[in-house]
Parts: sequence; C-alpha cells; structure tokens
Amino acid sequence: MAEAILSTHALSRSFGPLKAVDAVSLNIPRGSITGLIGPNGAGKSTLFNLLTGALKPDAGTVLLDGRDITGDAPNALFAQGIGRTFQIPRPFARMSVLENAMLAPTGQTGETVVGPFLFRSRMRDQERRIRQKALDVLEFVTLAPLADHPAGKISGGQMKLLELARVLMGDPALILLDEPAAGVNPKLTETLIGRIEELNRQGTTFVIIEHDMDFVMRHCEPVIAMAQGSVVFQGTADEAMANPVLLDAYLGATANA
Amino acid sequence: MIGVVSYLVFFATTASILAIAVLGLNLQWGNTGLFNGGVVAFFGAGAYGTLILGGMPQGAHLGGFALFYPLALLGGMALAGLMAWIVGLLTLRLRHDYLAIATFGVAVAFENLVRNAEWLAGGAKGVRGFERPLRAMLGDGFLYNLCFLAVVLLALVATYLFLERLVASPFGRLLRAIREDEEAAQSLGKSPAGVRLTAFVTGSVILGLSGGLYGTFYAFVSPQDVLPTLTFQIWAMLIVGGSGNNRGAVFGAFLIWGAWTASGWALSRFAPVEAQLYTGSVQFVLIGAVIVGMLLWRPRGLLPERLVVSQRGKTPLAKQGV
Repeated sequence: MAEAILSTHALSRSFGPLKAVDAVSLNIPRGSITGLIGPNGAGKSTLFNLLTGALKPDAGTVLLDGRDITGDAPNALFAQGIGRTFQIPRPFARMSVLENAMLAPTGQTGETVVGPFLFRSRMRDQERRIRQKALDVLEFVTLAPLADHPAGKISGGQMKLLELARVLMGDPALILLDEPAAGVNPKLTETLIGRIEELNRQGTTFVIIEHDMDFVMRHCEPVIAMAQGSVVFQGTADEAMANPVLLDAYLGATANA
Repeated sequence: MIGVVSYLVFFATTASILAIAVLGLNLQWGNTGLFNGGVVAFFGAGAYGTLILGGMPQGAHLGGFALFYPLALLGGMALAGLMAWIVGLLTLRLRHDYLAIATFGVAVAFENLVRNAEWLAGGAKGVRGFERPLRAMLGDGFLYNLCFLAVVLLALVATYLFLERLVASPFGRLLRAIREDEEAAQSLGKSPAGVRLTAFVTGSVILGLSGGLYGTFYAFVSPQDVLPTLTFQIWAMLIVGGSGNNRGAVFGAFLIWGAWTASGWALSRFAPVEAQLYTGSVQFVLIGAVIVGMLLWRPRGLLPERLVVSQRGKTPLAKQGV
C-alpha cells in the first residue's frame, strides 16, 4: 500500500450522547481516489469536517504528511494543501463566478485595507496572474463561459464544478469532495469525473464521499465504509462489492436502486 | 435670496457629513454584512474626540488640548477606530442580530458615559470651548459656511473614492466573500475574524470622520447628538439608498435628510399648533414607515448593489484601467 498523505488515529467527535465519529483510524494513500461510503448519519461529513478543521475532535490525531495537524483551523489547512467542497454547494452568490475563483489564492497583496493603495503595482501584477489562472481553471471545469455570471444564478451542478475550481486555485495536494455527483446531471457528472481523474494522474489525492455505488466502484480505490461513526470496512472496490454484509447492511438500498 | 442659498449651503453641509457616515456603515453592513446597531457611538467618539483634542482648555471637563485642527480630526477618527477595535474584539464573534443588539448596547453605554462623566465630556452640557478653525480669517458668516462646505465635500469625495477603490480590490472581494458565506471563505484559506475586525474598524474610522466634521460644524457636541435617533436615521439612509452601493449610500443620505427636513418644515407650517409639539415623533413615524415600505417593496434600495467585480472575465485587464 502506498504511503499515506493523511492519516487519523482514534479520531472521535460526539454531539451530546451521539458519537458521530467514534475512534476512527484510517490512512488515505497518496495519489489515490479514496471513496468514503456509508448510510446517512454514518459520520462521513463529520469526519470531513474533522479532517478539514471545520470541527475540532474530542480525541485522536490527524496527520498530514506525518505532521500533526489536529485542531488546526480550516484556513490554515487550506494553506497547507487540503481543499474541500461541501455537500450542499456554498457559492459566494452575489459575486461573479470569476471572483469566486480569484478569491482563493492565499497571501494576496491587495487583501488588506492599505494594500490596494500602497502596493498598487505589485497588486496589479498579482491580479493579472490570478485572473489568468482563474480563467484557466474555469476553462478546465468548463465554466469559463459563465465567468461574469453571479455565482448564485448558475445550476447546482455548475456550483459543484465552481467549488472544485475554487479549491484548485490553491493547488492542494489533497482534495475532499462531499457528494460531488449528488443532484448533478449525468453530463456534468461525466465532466467532473474526467477532471478528477486528470488531476489524479497529475498527482492530486482525492477523498470522495459518494452514495452512487456505481460511481464509487468505477472510480474509487480504495473504498472505506463507515457506519454509526466507525470504519467497518477498508479495501478495494471489488472486495467491497463482494462483501455481502456490507452491501446488505449499509448499501442495500443504493446497490439495488 | 441669500437666505435660500445660505440655507442650501447649511443643508448640503449636514447632508454631506451624514453621507460620509452612511458610507462608513455601508462598508460594514453593505459590503461585509456586519450589523452595527451602534453607529452613533463611533460617530460620537469622532465628534467628542475632535472637540476635546482641538478645543481651548476648559476647567469643567477634560480637554482643551488645542491641537492643530487636522490633528484633532485625525485624533477623533483614531478614537472611533480604537473604540471599534475594542468593541470588535469583544462582539464580532456574534452573528447578525446578536451583533446588532451588542453594538446598540455599546451606543447606549456611550451616551450614558458622556452624559454622566462630567469630568470627561462635560455631562449634559456637552463639550464647549471649541474654536472653529480659520475663524479669525473667514469670520462667522456665509463665507465661512461656504468654505466649510467645500472641506466637507472634499472629505465626502475622498471617502467615496477610497471606498470605491477598496471594494473593487482583492480586499473588497474578501469582504463580499465573508458577507456571503464565512465558513466557505474560511475553507478557502481566509481568516474571517481578522477581516471582519478590519472592516469594522475601517468603517468606524469613517463614522468618526463624519462625527468630527459634525462637531466642528456646530463647534459643540452634547449627549443630545448621540441619541439612537441618529443611528436610526443613518440606517434609513443606507436602506433607502441601496445597501452595498456607495452611490446609493450618498444618494440615500441626501434624500432622507431632505425628507426629514422637509417634513419638519411642513409640520411646523401646516400642522395644528397642538400637534407641533409632537413634530419629532411624527417625523420618527414617517421615517419608520419609509424603512418598512422600502424593506417590503424594494428591499435592495433605490440604487441596488451592482455585481461589483474586482476583475472581469471577458474584457482584457488593460481596458479596465485597473
């Protein structure tokens, strides 16, 4: 098995009496497209929130490239190369698609009150580069024609692509996608998968929460299954498909659908 | 005739001073989504700060540092900014409605402080002993008021241009992202707490500038100038003009101040004498009705926010004069 880019040890988080994530230890192999499956309420999104700093764990550790990043804030983790999207897309609705993308690069000179006045030429150079990069990234996710549209007015599927584009602006080594195919029309899903696989070939690691088993079986390796806050299976997609208990207990509805 | 012109100068001066305050609030609410319910505290800090720093020595209260006027004005702005920084550190973690209540409380506390701390701010009698700058040269008449209007207009234009450039910069982009979705912005590497505080302080410094000019204009400030009424009026100006649009903010200031003055005049002229006692209250009701009406039928204001973009996709950068 490839070396892990991200690993957790006994990671736990409760909400009152509910153990949403219960002593989860797992490894995300570098360069993989890891699928994270499990029924609703299994703790997948909570795990994402713990990995990206949106929630703080009650116990356990998270290591990125062997460094302890437990409890770091989301902004710090983005700067360290972890990008994430949301289950329900969160575009900056009253900003243009291009501006959504241009926001993401960290350390912009013009991001302070005085920057736009004191460091104008440096800011202008940066803006030119960031704008070009944003246009390239939007082109990559097929949103370039919508660059000047308000992000709140594009389709739900396009919003998912926009979230991916925003994340890509930070050149992350690891991208966590929360149900990228849910509610997206098949054509856009194909586009999205194509982009994910292309990025993966270039070395980006993905972790994908997905309910669509067909999607997971075709594109994810390895597969991690969660139920009631715990990891109940880690292995290849084929092994997951061959595991009757897993299919029956947690994926029955989706697999039969 | 000179009476009318003179009145117009007076009106334009007051409206311009208020327009500066509305621009400050627009940075906080319109661009960043921070509900400042205590506008008047920062306006008041600017006014008290300027008069105390720039006034003649007084036995009755603190002050009389007789600073060179521009320094006194800058000092008033700094005081407003300092207050915003402290208030911001304590309250900016709160979301909309809670932040509104907390800042409203700050404004009430500020009013009570200046009303009761006589040694500090002269209590109910207010701060006196301020000499308007260049009075010796320009006198007290029409000429002075005309020159002062020019100064105020200059401050208004400078503030407007400053904010227009700011909202079209990466910083403006950052403010809008925080306003739209703070968590998403944080997931993209931004630090919302710091950005919110910066916007709050910057907006409050502008409110302080407005207050400083107001105090200078009347050469006097008292607790009557920092009542919640003024917060209410400044909010009405922003809502009616168009939150998120700097032009709307200035337009709203002139429109609402015009309506306020006109309604006062009409009531004193045409209302029965018994009713005239209640002029202020009637005006309040009218302004309240205007706000409610706007929020119901035109919630984005007369000049709604345009899609402000720092950069466009299709036109090359060189053509935008960035």
